Amino acid sequence: MSAEVSSHDGPASLEITVAYGFWIFLLSDIIMFSAVFAAYAVLSPNTAGGPSGRTIFELRSVALETLCLLLSSYTCGLGLVAAEGRQLLRFFAAFALTFALGAGFLGLEISEFLRLIGHAEGPSRSAFLSAFFSLVGLHGAHVTAGLIWLCFLAAQIAVKGPESFLLRRLGCFALFWHTLDIVWVALLSLVYLMGSR
Amino acid sequence: MDKRVVLYTVGLGLALLLTAASFLVASSHLLWAPGIPAGLAVLAIAQMGVHLVFFLNMSSGPDNQNNILALAFGVLIVTLVIAGTLWIMAHLNANMAPARALMEMSR
Repeated sequence: MSAEVSSHDGPASLEITVAYGFWIFLLSDIIMFSAVFAAYAVLSPNTAGGPSGRTIFELRSVALETLCLLLSSYTCGLGLVAAEGRQLLRFFAAFALTFALGAGFLGLEISEFLRLIGHAEGPSRSAFLSAFFSLVGLHGAHVTAGLIWLCFLAAQIAVKGPESFLLRRLGCFALFWHTLDIVWVALLSLVYLMGSR
Repeated sequence: MDKRVVLYTVGLGLALLLTAASFLVASSHLLWAPGIPAGLAVLAIAQMGVHLVFFLNMSSGPDNQNNILALAFGVLIVTLVIAGTLWIMAHLNANMAPARALMEMSR
């Protein structure tokens, strides 16, 4: 019944079509990730006499990274709801937390990379490490882009207030941020948890 | 409280629970050792579902049908890319002459 009603209401609202278009972009991004995941799965046994996942992964810091990313996804959702309810103070508080948690995730990841490179276990050491740095680095690059995007959005909302076109962009950002979390779930299970056994 | 805030909070709780379960499965002998990869895969897929429903607000509502269809197509392509790559590369690997035989041939 409700499907019939909406199909007779004319074209869908901008909120729905914009989110749909951005969702298609995100799916294409996930497909790109899947190619890198496949490369990792093929290359990860080839350690060329170098270290394997079991010797280099530190699950404690990985657990902390996961916690940061999950909580930042949560505060991002809270921020979106606050902005749509025109509660700007709560929105800025939630997005400041989102930024801090995302930056914390990135800091942990960079310190892991630096530790490995410091032990001469950088991406040039073996096919396994090349694939590891590509996959985890690609996800980290997405998080970095998300943090930059978040700053621009917060600044725009601070200047212009919660206009409807900014709320649509905010919705897209929330989709992006949650999708990165989904990619991280796959990464955590395939790379870190299976690799550290 | 806003209905969506409740949804996000429930999602966070479930996601934390599933993540904790993944870490537990990976670092203990709770599961039969050869079954651990399968267990981790099940937990990961469950958590992705939780994220889709509670964070991305995927539903079967009328406004959401196109999103679900696009997602289904994305999942199809991802499966083809990953399963196809693994399948082909495993066969190439199995049909590859051992390194010593290649050295003999190049003489």
